[in-house]
Amino acid sequence: MPIESAEALTGKDVVGIAQLDPGEIQLILNTAGELLEVAKRPIKKVPALRGATVVNLFMEASTRTRFSFEVAEKRLSADTLNFSASSSSVSKGETLVDTARNLMAMAPDYIVIRHPNVGAPHRLAEVVPASIINAGDGINEHPTQALLDAFTMRQRFGRLEGLKVVIAGDIRHSRVARSNAFLLNKMGAEVRFAAPASLLPVEVEDLGVETHLRLEPALEGADVVMMLRIQLERQGAVNFPSLREYYDFFALTEDRLALAAPDAVVMHPGPMNRGVEIDSLVADGERSLILNQVTNGVAVRMAILYLLAGGRGESTADS
Amino acid sequence: MTIDGVSRSGLVQIMDEQGMEFTIARMAAQIVERDGGDIMLVGIHTRGIPLADRLAARIAETTGSEVTVGRLDITLYRDDVGPWRPAHKQPVLKDTVLPKSIDNRIVYLVDDVLYTGRTIRAALGTMIDYGRTRAVRLAVLVDRGHRELPIAADVVGKTVATSRSEDVQVHLREVDGDDGVWIGAGEEAEDAD
Repeated sequence: MPIESAEALTGKDVVGIAQLDPGEIQLILNTAGELLEVAKRPIKKVPALRGATVVNLFMEASTRTRFSFEVAEKRLSADTLNFSASSSSVSKGETLVDTARNLMAMAPDYIVIRHPNVGAPHRLAEVVPASIINAGDGINEHPTQALLDAFTMRQRFGRLEGLKVVIAGDIRHSRVARSNAFLLNKMGAEVRFAAPASLLPVEVEDLGVETHLRLEPALEGADVVMMLRIQLERQGAVNFPSLREYYDFFALTEDRLALAAPDAVVMHPGPMNRGVEIDSLVADGERSLILNQVTNGVAVRMAILYLLAGGRGESTADS
Repeated sequence: MTIDGVSRSGLVQIMDEQGMEFTIARMAAQIVERDGGDIMLVGIHTRGIPLADRLAARIAETTGSEVTVGRLDITLYRDDVGPWRPAHKQPVLKDTVLPKSIDNRIVYLVDDVLYTGRTIRAALGTMIDYGRTRAVRLAVLVDRGHRELPIAADVVGKTVATSRSEDVQVHLREVDGDDGVWIGAGEEAEDAD
């Protein structure tokens, strides 16, 4: 591997890919590679985080990310507390920082947070001593998703460097696309965005990616094709004329996939809209790694939890 | 045993290449004598792994049948990982490979040095999560004493009286490029794991 693994994470938190250096990313991916095996054991649990408490603070709807974190926490023997927006005091008007300070009174070691506002995890990281893990903040970042995507690519190709990765769909509303672009750039992959102009973010040039307004040219020779969900709930019918038209121009079909490299793989962070951004034949086809992504997500989250248990990692007690 | 007293930077050699070969041959013979060849050897990272391979080769020579060899990473079962303060570097994880089920088998854990016993405590915890063995036994190249837990080895290559401040260094050619065991003051030298 060209990028050497760091010995430890330097921060107490994982709030974004932007804050990680390539060596730290490599360390997380390597650690996840070893933790993948835990799921194959007869007893799928190890005692590494025995006695640790994790608060899962989900202020925005989530099923797979929340479940994935919860499974990861439980496989490491941590105790978990789940907080969701609808059932919590946040709906009674409490501020995020107040909620977090109250939670700290219960001495959690980690807070996993998903929040509709950009920067909420970063703010929390400043005010509480617990390790903060960002599970998605607004349209900013979703670092654990990007890490599991990278892990899945590396598992298939044995490397990230030089891979041609297409990310297509609703990039404007996608923290997954942003985190992936940051990560893949840092690790030496080539990122191409493909979307109608109305679904590209305004500052897209700053992300250091190649952009395409049509899917076909982006697919040329691609190794990985990652399709993003059309966020039906965020479409005020203004971004494109109809779902049918979107399908006609941007859906990943078998014909379009044939433009990519012969061993290209298909990924999707889920949940999928079949027949909108991805055709069922492709989603269920043999090049699809969509379910591998879910399995790998648990290992990547376990890796982050494990590595952050060292604290800031500046002094060593390894013997 | 040969104590040739070769000194290098304050270290005294207590086992040379040939001595190690004899020692491993004797350990293999003791294992066969006790349990026959139908056993599984599991090396503990890092130097337990080549040791387990060498023991397996010796046992196969004597009994004529293949010996299953696995490897174990005990990191997730250590008593010094976890959300502890003060801050520390979390140890790097390595792979665990048990090529066959350990259920109802006699399994030998293999390591280079037996010291506090904490590694073996963690290894036993790991094994229990993989299945229910008929028996777990322990084979070590060097027993240097100073146990902190009630753990003893079944097969010992060499017992060495040490003080806590001394450092025991086992070199195996697969990992270190040469074979031998050295003992020294060990203030500056740090154990690999």
